[in-house]
Amino acid sequence: MSPELDELYQEVILDHSRRPRNFGELADATVRVHGDNPVCGDEIHLAVKLGVDGGLEDIKFSGHGCAISQASASLMTMKLKGRSRAEIVTMLQAFHALVTEEAAEAPKALGDLRLMQGVRKFPQRVKCAMLAWRAVEQALRQTVGEVTVSTETDLMA
Amino acid sequence: MHKLPVSDVDWKVIRNDFPILARRVHGHPLVYFDSAATSQKPRQVLEKVRHYYEYENANVHRGLHELSSRATEAYESSRQRVANYLGAASADEIVFTRGTTESINLVAQAWGEKFLREGSVILLTEMEHHSNLVPWQLLAERVSARLRFVPVRDDGTLALDQLSSLLTPEVKLFAFTHVSNSLGTINPVSELCQKARAVGAITLVDAAQSAGHMPIDVQELTCDFLAFSGHKMCGPTGIGVLYGRGEILDTIPPWHGGGEMITSVTLEKSAFKRAPHRFEAGTPNIAGAIGLAAAIDYLERIGRPAIFEHDVELARYAMQRLVELPGMRVLGPPTERGALVGFVMDAAHPHDLTTFADRYGLAMRGGHHCNQPLMRRFGLPGTTRASFYFYNTSEEIDRMVEILHAATRFFS
Repeated sequence: MSPELDELYQEVILDHSRRPRNFGELADATVRVHGDNPVCGDEIHLAVKLGVDGGLEDIKFSGHGCAISQASASLMTMKLKGRSRAEIVTMLQAFHALVTEEAAEAPKALGDLRLMQGVRKFPQRVKCAMLAWRAVEQALRQTVGEVTVSTETDLMA
Repeated sequence: MHKLPVSDVDWKVIRNDFPILARRVHGHPLVYFDSAATSQKPRQVLEKVRHYYEYENANVHRGLHELSSRATEAYESSRQRVANYLGAASADEIVFTRGTTESINLVAQAWGEKFLREGSVILLTEMEHHSNLVPWQLLAERVSARLRFVPVRDDGTLALDQLSSLLTPEVKLFAFTHVSNSLGTINPVSELCQKARAVGAITLVDAAQSAGHMPIDVQELTCDFLAFSGHKMCGPTGIGVLYGRGEILDTIPPWHGGGEMITSVTLEKSAFKRAPHRFEAGTPNIAGAIGLAAAIDYLERIGRPAIFEHDVELARYAMQRLVELPGMRVLGPPTERGALVGFVMDAAHPHDLTTFADRYGLAMRGGHHCNQPLMRRFGLPGTTRASFYFYNTSEEIDRMVEILHAATRFFS
């Protein structure tokens, strides 16, 4: 077996891709973001309910994609629910570093998301892992309404 | 040049001409099943290009020195070589471009803007690569023309029964692919060209997936334009061809302006050379054209009928073996297909499957293959595609099936 594959597709990741958590519709969402990765056709529909303080009260996603994009979205929604805006921005940056930078030390705050570190050995798969995060980033920026974001547009500031 | 009889080709020996096929990837022997994206290059082509740069390099059509004459002769004899390869009436019908995409854009921009007007219809098919779709969308936008599409049936073939109702007198151009890059379907080019001609439409054939794989005679096919890339047929990247029937090519105004394409220039205006030089502004890809001619020599020595026979056999064997796998769906027609197989498996998304295979040295392509509308037509986000060429073997297909079995176990 290939150790890189085992690291990329850890059991927890495969489990989340097969049975994604927070999957479905959010009736009282304040903002909806449709994210797509035109390179591989993956799509995510993210529904977010932001509180008056800008914090993330609830989050759900739907769509289809590879194991990496599905697991990343599933793990992300579990981690971000109930977080403040500032916490989410910090986590977004930490996650991006986790999947792109060889030397990045995985902060404990990322919890199970740290299992996605294997992505950094597969540069072609970074966009898969980042798709849901790009969508949530756009949701924070948007704060209300409906918008589409693509992995091919400019990445985080 | 000696041509081997079809069945006598020793493919194992030919494989040795491709140095890259001996390498390992991620510790495994490379199985290169991505020739529809770009083919590998034989030593004969690599050496020819290297020889040109080491001993003959000079600019064409302008130097009065010995090397420039040699380079010009090599460049223009490459043009003749391409003309012969395609059965064109004259080398003047061969325009060198960067590749299929540029060839199609040349027609869409230079020919299209002169001859299409508001209400003109451009007929395409649902199976076109983005390179034979987007240039026409841009043109339609500019001249207020309309696009119309021949539908694709569930079995991956064109709905030819609808052709007569689609080919109305407003259709000025019918552009279609010879071989589908994701379904493998081989379209009946000659029949399509004749039907288009009957209503006065010009035809353009995207031969990117066929030019290096099967015999092509533009006069037999009766197409007006034909486009292909050198890099998919053992040649270098950055060189391609637009074939245009003489009487049509000569009516097209210049496209890019610059040196090489003019006869005289004043500060106010210029007079232009005839086709094909009118369309080759600036220093061309001389080494590319020489490399392409070397690739043609190489392919012709093996023989296109033999290459096509080997292609068909590999595709047939791949289809036969792939259906052994659980949850396997192969796209495209069961027969009459080119050297590629697109498929999806229940066990894993095409992206995961392709990543997995890569770790075992198996290079395939996963995704929409620049065929987004076609993928939508089949309700798929994408497929995994294994594409073959004459240097591939049935043992490599066995290896692919073995790896896909392992992937099934891994992901389920």
